[in-house]
Amino acid sequence: MARKALAGLVPLVALALVATGCGSTSNVGGGPSGGSRSAAGADFGAQICGSPQHQPRFPVPFGELPGGARALSGAGSTFVAPMMSDWTKTYSQSTGVQVAYQSIGSGGGVAQIQARTVDFGDSDTAMTPAEQAKAQGPVLQIPLLLGAVVPAYHLSGVKSGLKFTGDVLGRIYAGKIKAWNDPALTELNPGKKLPKEPIAVVHRSDGSGTTNIWTDFLSEQSPTWVHALGGPSRSAGKTVAWPVGIGGKGNEGVSGQVSQTEGALGFLELHYVLAQNSTYGQVRNSAGRFVQPCVATVTKAANGAAFPAILHHAVIKGTDPDAYPISGTSYALLYRNQTDPAKAAALVNFFSWVLSKGQDLNANLNYSPLSKDLQRLAVDQLKQVTVNGRPAVT
Amino acid sequence: MTPLPGSPTPRRRVRGRWHGTDTVFQYAVRAAAALVIVVLVATAVFLVQQAWPALRQYGILSYLLSDRWAPSEATATGRHPNPYGIAQFAYGTAVTSLIAMVLAVPVAVAVSLYLTEIAPRWLRRWLSGLVDLLAAIPSVVYGFWGIFALIPAVRPAGVWVSRTLGTAPVIGPLFAGPFFGVSYLVAGLVLAIMILPIITAICREVFATVPTEDKESALALGATRWEMVRMAVLPRSRSGIAGAAVLGLGRAVGETIAVTMVIGNNALSITTSLLGPGATMASVIANEFTESTEPFHLQSLMVVGAWLLVIALAVNTVGKLIVRRTREDIA
Repeated sequence: MARKALAGLVPLVALALVATGCGSTSNVGGGPSGGSRSAAGADFGAQICGSPQHQPRFPVPFGELPGGARALSGAGSTFVAPMMSDWTKTYSQSTGVQVAYQSIGSGGGVAQIQARTVDFGDSDTAMTPAEQAKAQGPVLQIPLLLGAVVPAYHLSGVKSGLKFTGDVLGRIYAGKIKAWNDPALTELNPGKKLPKEPIAVVHRSDGSGTTNIWTDFLSEQSPTWVHALGGPSRSAGKTVAWPVGIGGKGNEGVSGQVSQTEGALGFLELHYVLAQNSTYGQVRNSAGRFVQPCVATVTKAANGAAFPAILHHAVIKGTDPDAYPISGTSYALLYRNQTDPAKAAALVNFFSWVLSKGQDLNANLNYSPLSKDLQRLAVDQLKQVTVNGRPAVT
Repeated sequence: MTPLPGSPTPRRRVRGRWHGTDTVFQYAVRAAAALVIVVLVATAVFLVQQAWPALRQYGILSYLLSDRWAPSEATATGRHPNPYGIAQFAYGTAVTSLIAMVLAVPVAVAVSLYLTEIAPRWLRRWLSGLVDLLAAIPSVVYGFWGIFALIPAVRPAGVWVSRTLGTAPVIGPLFAGPFFGVSYLVAGLVLAIMILPIITAICREVFATVPTEDKESALALGATRWEMVRMAVLPRSRSGIAGAAVLGLGRAVGETIAVTMVIGNNALSITTSLLGPGATMASVIANEFTESTEPFHLQSLMVVGAWLLVIALAVNTVGKLIVRRTREDIA
């Protein structure tokens, strides 16, 4: 730790000397200030991420509804699946209610709720108006957790903590930055020995909510990326026409390629990165800070986020200056008007449990609990459930 | 033979006794045979039916004429250009299968010759069993092995090739770097190992049908073992080897998971370099069907599936025809 800090200091001092020596041209003058800012970011990340945070639990303002069904079925996002399996297991142990969740992908979740073949769907992106029009009635979209997408890399001799900006990531994924020692990267990472190796860009080969969050962030931050993909309508989504790179199927596919390929850079869900012990980077947020992704910094992502504005973007845009910027949520999808009172009660009971007690389990799997704002918004959604027109929650 | 009056023939009595179960048996096997045909036809009909909206939207030919697969560029109404070009997948399937054949056929022939002509009897059974066991390894395990063992092993060679041959004139583009491991070449290597058992098994059978007299005559005339193989065994087996190779090709064409894991899944265009990432018809379906949410996306995957079925059926039919002709020749 101490050696790392020293190694970080030496080039700062060197740069400062150069700056004083040569007079302050704007270019050289930018180096130290950028460096000190990023150093502050690193400290900040370590601080926040190091100490376990206890999120105050938002109390769900209504009690358990009587007469709930003993079984529920759901289908959708693979992103939420590990958490969902933990939730459903714990929930059935305490209540005896069985919730069967099929991890078939967000697209499948939307299709199944449209067809009413499940009691609830789950999608990493909110349903578009066109998708909602195909459903058999208004659909409630309830955020369940927060997760992050993280740049992970494999460079021998380089540890976690490389600094990236959205624009640099966009230029890498557009194929414009081809090597690790590109000035754009070395400038962000003074003191890190970046090799002259080509960057092996790794992306998803299947459609994915993870891709959606990642490309939404790149589109917002990098004009180069948007241009390379042919415009904003094509540069973000569950599938995009990747200009360069290797495709891996699922998080495990990307993770496998990154871990096996020297010089690889890929994007992975945070819980995957931490579980696999991969090396991963920090990303600069809108406040200009380089933030290490962890449960605490991801939780902050939704602070100050506005609803329903967040429904239009995969990346959650909050206002917290300490938030990790590539964070997103996953939405449970259920019909506002339920026809079966037993199912309605079971749905409300299950999700009010997920939104309160269930949130305490999130950090075990390196997902983040909903921030208080988002939790309140989620509960507001849940309160709208009706049974044949009459409110389920009174 | 005329039966004696008053005494029923034993034959008729047997037939009478078994008549009921015989009919049941006959219908049962007929139904089983019909089921195979029904399944095949139903699959084909299903694929075309599912693919139909996309085919009507873009036309059949536009699929094969484009090598750009970009579902995100599809719209509900746009017809031109077709965002679902599949030429690169056909190319990937062809190239990986070809690499596999080039590597596997000579090895399979050599192994079979060793097994039938040279190996001591006790080793023959063991070794044949081991080769057959290669076929029992699940495809996904081959994929894992490809990623975690084969790729690290071939990487130095691949990097060297990309730095030497990759800059050569004319053939340079075929070996251009950077080489990251996942590539047509590695997919071909994995496929080669996967199709080795089937080719070896058929070759073994073909070589075993060469009459002992032919071989003994060659040896009696003073031929060495190699000359005997060259004069007596190989000429008779030529079309049998070809048939075995084509059946191996049939397996390679349709192989999905192992290839998906090591080919790199670049769906956007044809990668000229054999050391670069590509995609095959089977791999794109495996990758994309779970989240095929764009307009005509799933239907276009069905188009890929239909073409793959056509190619696989054609390859297998040709293979079976060749093998059958060889058997008839020998008989």
